[in-house]
Amino acid sequence: MEAALFPKECSEALASALAMAGVVTITVDSLEAVGIESSAEWPLVVVELGDEPMRRLRLIEALSEGTGLPVLAVAEPAHIPLLDRAAGVSDLIIGPPDALELGLRVRRLAQISGGSDVLRYDDLELNPLTYQAALGGQALDLTYMEYELLRFFVEHQGRVWTREQLLSKVWGYDYYGGARTVDVHVRRLRSKLGEERAAWITTVRSVGYRFG
Amino acid sequence: MSRQADYVLRTVQERGIRFIRLWFTDVQGFLKSVSISPQELETAFEEGMTFDGSSIDGYARIQEADMLARPDPSTFQILPWRRDEQVARMFCDILTPDGEPFAGDPRTVLKANLQRAADLGYTFYVAPEIEYFYFADNGPEPKVLDRGGYFDLTPLDVAQEYRRKTINAIEKMGIPVEHSHHEVAPSQHEIIVRYTDALTMADNIMSFRLAVKEVALEHGIHATFMPKPLEDHDGSGMHLHLSLFSGEENAFGAPASPTGLSEVGERFAAGLLAHAAEVTAVTNQWVNSYKRLVAGFEAPVYITWGRNNQSALVRLPNAKRNKPASVRLEYRSPDSATNPYLALSVLLAAGLEGIEHGYPLPPEAPGNVFDLSSRERAELGIDRLPETLSQALDAMESSDLVRRALGDHVFGWFLRNKRKEWEKYQHHVSRFELETYLPVL
Repeated sequence: MEAALFPKECSEALASALAMAGVVTITVDSLEAVGIESSAEWPLVVVELGDEPMRRLRLIEALSEGTGLPVLAVAEPAHIPLLDRAAGVSDLIIGPPDALELGLRVRRLAQISGGSDVLRYDDLELNPLTYQAALGGQALDLTYMEYELLRFFVEHQGRVWTREQLLSKVWGYDYYGGARTVDVHVRRLRSKLGEERAAWITTVRSVGYRFG
Repeated sequence: MSRQADYVLRTVQERGIRFIRLWFTDVQGFLKSVSISPQELETAFEEGMTFDGSSIDGYARIQEADMLARPDPSTFQILPWRRDEQVARMFCDILTPDGEPFAGDPRTVLKANLQRAADLGYTFYVAPEIEYFYFADNGPEPKVLDRGGYFDLTPLDVAQEYRRKTINAIEKMGIPVEHSHHEVAPSQHEIIVRYTDALTMADNIMSFRLAVKEVALEHGIHATFMPKPLEDHDGSGMHLHLSLFSGEENAFGAPASPTGLSEVGERFAAGLLAHAAEVTAVTNQWVNSYKRLVAGFEAPVYITWGRNNQSALVRLPNAKRNKPASVRLEYRSPDSATNPYLALSVLLAAGLEGIEHGYPLPPEAPGNVFDLSSRERAELGIDRLPETLSQALDAMESSDLVRRALGDHVFGWFLRNKRKEWEKYQHHVSRFELETYLPVL
């Protein structure tokens, strides 16, 4: 999950909560810059009102009008009177933020904005919206069924799946070729993941496979 | 639009791919490619791309030139070489202008044979061991890389490096490698590919051969799958490990039987043996192929089967304990320059024939068949594989099984084309003749 963060020097409480929630932030020098740069880069903007709440609320309004990006405002109890009519604020959280709540609000906003929920495992990223996969930032070339199988694994980590379950859940129909197909695709995935990461998918003897 | 095609269209867009290669194979097993732009992709999925079939060996006559290549989206793959420009490929099925599967397309031929297996309740799995040579260039004299002489400044492990890079490339294409090693002959390498279903494997073998050649080209050397380039050394074989699955069960496995083979497995093996001579023109399709199938170079010569017998045509490798799924038959005569679609078609047809007609498995061959006299072999009923392309074509021509497996179109074209090749070869006066006869006769 990615988000733009303003200001650069946010409070330590916010920075650590974002990190714990697994939100990768791109700090921006000014909120105007967010509007100028491609808005597709991040699905939402997190703005801490901090010590200049009035100014930042105005910037949020302009930003929201200009780009339509959802904005999560991180406010302090003292800012509450200012927030009744704050335009452009899509959601807010009172700091110091709780990491779980922050993560939830960020994810919900990203979904609303149509930003996809990028799936992650270690240095693997899967983007369900664009069907693209990357390993350590490098594009990973998968066929459709390899992609779907990997996505299923990442979405259901740590559980053992039988070949039959994988067939019905990933292939979705009585695929000609039977459960051997699963073995063949797992091998292909492992070979594409490369030697170091091939062990992400473990074979559970006489049962099936587990990811992670 | 299928989900698979949709996936391809999105990926092409997301990754900024500018060219998509549509791959297909001619009757002799040469890879052909039509390049299209992303804008043409949707049409290609729906209608196929038109191309001139008369320019492809074994396809169409001039008057029926128009053919359609329709890409199979499940084979979409970005090519791991050419990093400067993103190029992707898909294998195609070839259609007539009416949209019917084209009988001259080897991939279509294999699909028809696989369907026949499916009708009997079987899926066909294959794992190949592919051998090839690296030479300094593609001139008419093979110059090996790792033996004194031409390239004596090259350390031995440079070729290993090429092989490692090749494995890297093919693994990125989703072709898992079981293992690889330097072969017996100088400059010869072997890569063993993990099993998969026969259609994917035939596609994989085509991709593999190209990947090997591309990586060699990048390093300014030449890779070849020619069956027998060095007369004093082993040729390049492509042993094929074959198995049939019935649902989740390996149909060949029967741990309790004396051979470890089920009745289905025994009959399949018997089918391979009974039709071995007839299918040899397809599995070994070049004049040069028969220079490999001679005694003394680890290639099969006699039509026999055995358990751990390296001279047998059909070998039953020791299956791993408690792994009935790994029971398989290894068919050892094909060479690396065969057309994989057609070779797998005729081998499957031969094996299925054995199953359907209940062929009995002949007795296992004794230790080394080469040590027997021809009389002893005759008494044991051991026949020889065809000794020349011409003999192989004779056996093929009289085979109803091969005709059915390939279809009339491919069967007829193949025979005509290969007879021509043989005729051309017959005019040839070889170095052997000049060196042996010229001084003394």
